[in-house]
Amino acid sequence: MGKVLVFAEQSHGNLKRSSIELLQAAAKSGNTVVAVVFGSHAGDVTAAAGHNGASEVHVVKDASLDSYNPELFTANIVSVVEKVQPTILLASASSTGRDLFPRVAARLNTGIASDCTELSISGDTVTATKPMYSGKCFAKANFENSAVKIVLMRANQLPVAAADTSKSANVVEQAVVKPDLKTLIKEIVKGASEKLDLTEANIIVSGGRGLKEAANFKVLHDLADVLGATVGASRAVVDAGWVGHGMQVGQTGKTVAPTLYIAVGISGAIQHLAGMSGSKVIVAINNDANAPIFQKATYGIVGDALEIVPKLTEEFKKALHH
Amino acid sequence: MKIFVCIKQVPDTETKIKITPDQNGIDTAGIKWVLNPYDEYAVEEAVKLRDANAGSQVWVLSAGPKTRVIESLRTALAMGADEAIVVNAENLDNFSTAKALAEVIKAEGGAKVIFSGKLAIDDNASSVSQMLAEFLNVPHTTVVSKFAFNGENVVVERDIEGGAKEVVQMMTPAVVAANKGLNMPRYASLPGIMKAKKKVIKEIEFASLNIPATDLKVKYSNFSLPAEKPPVKMLGGDSSAQAAELVKLLRDEAKVL
Repeated sequence: MGKVLVFAEQSHGNLKRSSIELLQAAAKSGNTVVAVVFGSHAGDVTAAAGHNGASEVHVVKDASLDSYNPELFTANIVSVVEKVQPTILLASASSTGRDLFPRVAARLNTGIASDCTELSISGDTVTATKPMYSGKCFAKANFENSAVKIVLMRANQLPVAAADTSKSANVVEQAVVKPDLKTLIKEIVKGASEKLDLTEANIIVSGGRGLKEAANFKVLHDLADVLGATVGASRAVVDAGWVGHGMQVGQTGKTVAPTLYIAVGISGAIQHLAGMSGSKVIVAINNDANAPIFQKATYGIVGDALEIVPKLTEEFKKALHH
Repeated sequence: MKIFVCIKQVPDTETKIKITPDQNGIDTAGIKWVLNPYDEYAVEEAVKLRDANAGSQVWVLSAGPKTRVIESLRTALAMGADEAIVVNAENLDNFSTAKALAEVIKAEGGAKVIFSGKLAIDDNASSVSQMLAEFLNVPHTTVVSKFAFNGENVVVERDIEGGAKEVVQMMTPAVVAANKGLNMPRYASLPGIMKAKKKVIKEIEFASLNIPATDLKVKYSNFSLPAEKPPVKMLGGDSSAQAAELVKLLRDEAKVL
């Protein structure tokens, strides 16, 4: 058995669900699981990493790693990889993961499979499956000539069991590596939403042209608040300027994989379906019974979104408070 | 200055995907190939940058089967690129593609700025631009929705999670991977298309680049279509009844609440 290194991400001092998924999947494989955490709050999540399967946590506790810099992160990941010598490296296909690990793979002269939705590990062998052609088919990634096999997993694809608080990990403090940087992060402009990003959300309420005007997105936000959901949008309403591009689900927006996707007033252009067809349960609400979205949906309601959504919000309130 | 744009040719979004009998790929018969949508933003930004800096040139570069990839290179030329190069190759992975692009850019004397799309819609990997930057030993930024060049550095805006943005400054040369929102790609003009048809596209054989066979890292196999979905369950009654029924189904049948 070899070692699996998991790049663990945290948010406000809490281990992200996507990282917990990876740690537990790695632990199930029987390999030794090593986590690596960056930033001044890295120490806050070592216990949680242990509870979820890591036997060792490498902590690079340095404020320079609080915000993502590709060159700095690459140097520090490579430094940890050289110390740990894993045969498999797992990370989330998050904004950071997707940007960082191809560069890491190039520097390590090794292979990477990005944006995977299925993972199984047996000894040193990794089987990862990913959607191709916008989810129109799936393919298995086979590693060759790769000392470290790097897999980036989409969030919400792997099961999460309860944490085992009787388990803990050895904490190994690592000094930060500081190469000469050609990249400077000048500023981070906060987004409008404090909610989970669409790519990580477990429930998404998405709106389209059927909402008639930008102000009507309020009914979606009300529903999302009750469900703890993130609000998304179709390309049409983003192009119309009703909401920002960060909310767009689809081919030129975000690919999402929630447990529940509620499409409100979205007809279901092929580009939109490409972004959301990985959702487990899909609810479509549209006044056109022939809208293509109904071909992908689990449950369908034909009717006026502005009439149905507030009623749904009330029903969910009742159901969730019992 | 020299500006490079790395592009990929992909099946058109509307293409119906069929899998080959050996399940090791897709049936390419009847596929309509197009320039990867995100690469259009890259070409547009490169042309704008060229036009704002006298004496500059845009070189568009792609690796793939030359007989068809040339079409997408001509699209980029028609949009305003000056020169085009194709690396003739079949079945490269992201790693060997990035290696090949880097070798060609180096051999052509390097570039001040290198653009590409943030990902290709066929494999959705978003890997090549970062690998290319690493092989060229230059900085990169992906998912870029705003670009400025001040003669020395580039300053870009990058979309991150939760609708947030990062403002990033990079020393040149630098690799910039474009997101939607960066610009509005122009349509190729008729004179542009006519001119692009006459351009000589430089051809380089992948084998001549001396890239080791061990630079192929990932092969895809076992292609499969998504499982058939059961038909949609339509809910009846008035809106109150539909709402109540939906919540009940989500809780008791789908068990997602």
